[in-house]
Amino acid sequence: MKLTKTLVASALTAATLIAGGMASAETLRLGVEGAYPPFSKKEADGSLSGFDIDIAKALCAELERECELVEQEWDGMIPALLANKYDAIVASMSITEDRKKKVDFTNKYYDTPTRFIAKEGAQFELTKEGTAGVKIGLLRGTTMQCYVEKHFPDADIKLYNTQEDVFADLVAGRLDMQVNNTLQAIDGFLNTDQGQGFAFLGGNLDDVACLGEGTGIAVRKGDSLTAELNAAIEAIRADGTYKAINDKYFAIDIYGK
Amino acid sequence: MEAERTFWEYLRDFSENQAPLDFVLVYDNLDKFFEGALVTLQLTFLALLIGGLMAIPMALARANKVSVLNPIIWCYTYAFRGTPLLVQTYLFYFGLGQFEAVRESFLWSPILSDPWWCVLIAFTLNTAAYTTEFLRGAIETTPRGEIEASVAAGMSPWLRTRLVVLPSAFRRALPAYSNEVIFTLHGSVIASTVTLQDLLGVGRWLNGRYYLAYEGFVTAMLFYMAIVLMITVAFKLAEKRYLKHLRPRESTEETAASATV
Repeated sequence: MKLTKTLVASALTAATLIAGGMASAETLRLGVEGAYPPFSKKEADGSLSGFDIDIAKALCAELERECELVEQEWDGMIPALLANKYDAIVASMSITEDRKKKVDFTNKYYDTPTRFIAKEGAQFELTKEGTAGVKIGLLRGTTMQCYVEKHFPDADIKLYNTQEDVFADLVAGRLDMQVNNTLQAIDGFLNTDQGQGFAFLGGNLDDVACLGEGTGIAVRKGDSLTAELNAAIEAIRADGTYKAINDKYFAIDIYGK
Repeated sequence: MEAERTFWEYLRDFSENQAPLDFVLVYDNLDKFFEGALVTLQLTFLALLIGGLMAIPMALARANKVSVLNPIIWCYTYAFRGTPLLVQTYLFYFGLGQFEAVRESFLWSPILSDPWWCVLIAFTLNTAAYTTEFLRGAIETTPRGEIEASVAAGMSPWLRTRLVVLPSAFRRALPAYSNEVIFTLHGSVIASTVTLQDLLGVGRWLNGRYYLAYEGFVTAMLFYMAIVLMITVAFKLAEKRYLKHLRPRESTEETAASATV
């Protein structure tokens, strides 16, 4: 009996080792989104482009790994990572305490503020009372959902699957305001034809507990990939690759302090 | 330290960190799921009710080949049965909202700007199309003898339709209709794609809020299964009552007993 057990155990160990060895040689799969311009968007031919996409590719080059970009809708981002559909998320994900319960994060790779947008000249007061019954649209499963549900619990909160749908309904008049990343809002909406007549409302939101401490790459808990990616982020920061990508999309340095 | 924790705290910790499914979190949000179930049931049954009422005259027009109406209704049922419900819903919700004229019309602010109405309209038109077609089939297969008998009894066409054709057709359509009810319930998840907090919407909200993989889905699934079970039982009872004449005799002893009397 004992011998059988030992044999089985060693066979299992060997199998695990082989599988582990194979895994490291496998392609690195990165989860990305495709409806969050200029961070990620889908071209007419179905290919992906944007800041996140370029960063993902640069990190792969730095790690000298074969990479595969896996497209995933936003609200399934973390579940799909946990279900091993890919190995890391490069999709403008803010580093928050809530998410840290589920995944590990690398250091930030950019940090930009979050703000509300409404019709130009709209007079909404951004307080609990001022937003009672106000229709606020936002992307499901984001830091903004945490923020709005916490600070404006009486608002009529509408959750969307993609940021593009939020803008569509803001234009259609189904929403009084929406909230998201300022850079995404400027390039993805305010500077487009669709966004004419809309403007930021109030200042940058402030709540680290909900909004997090910058945008990082999410990795499964305990994965050694975190350290590798951190080194890679530092390397592309140092050798100018990051700056080149940054300047391709933005007039300012979005890395933050 | 361990001993100082109350049972509830222990359960919460176990549920959050060790259990495959965070059942305490689900329990905490159960009220939201009941609200979601209410939205789902409302949309499903209102759509079925209105769609069902619309289907009766359309099915009669189709079965009796009423000259102008028949091809028009055929086009309508073909369009709504030939395209996915999701596309129809998007068309009413996102599609119509694109047009300035629609947004400025009197229909916009009470009806078309509201996702609830958009979804109800799409669901109703969809289920009406399906119901029309199988009700037409049921009407067309009315046994000739029933019609002949009612003609012989001197019934007017309207009276014949009301007292003989429709009740007979409803009976034959009953088993098929239970499928339609369940399909409409399943189709109602589309409401969650246009911001409504129906059952699936609540499940996705829970997943999104707490970054979960499946707790919201599993809970919503259990609710759907419970609703389907109730629908199935209701139809079984209805079939037992209205299709009694089609069932085999229950017991031979009874028959034998009554024969000897």
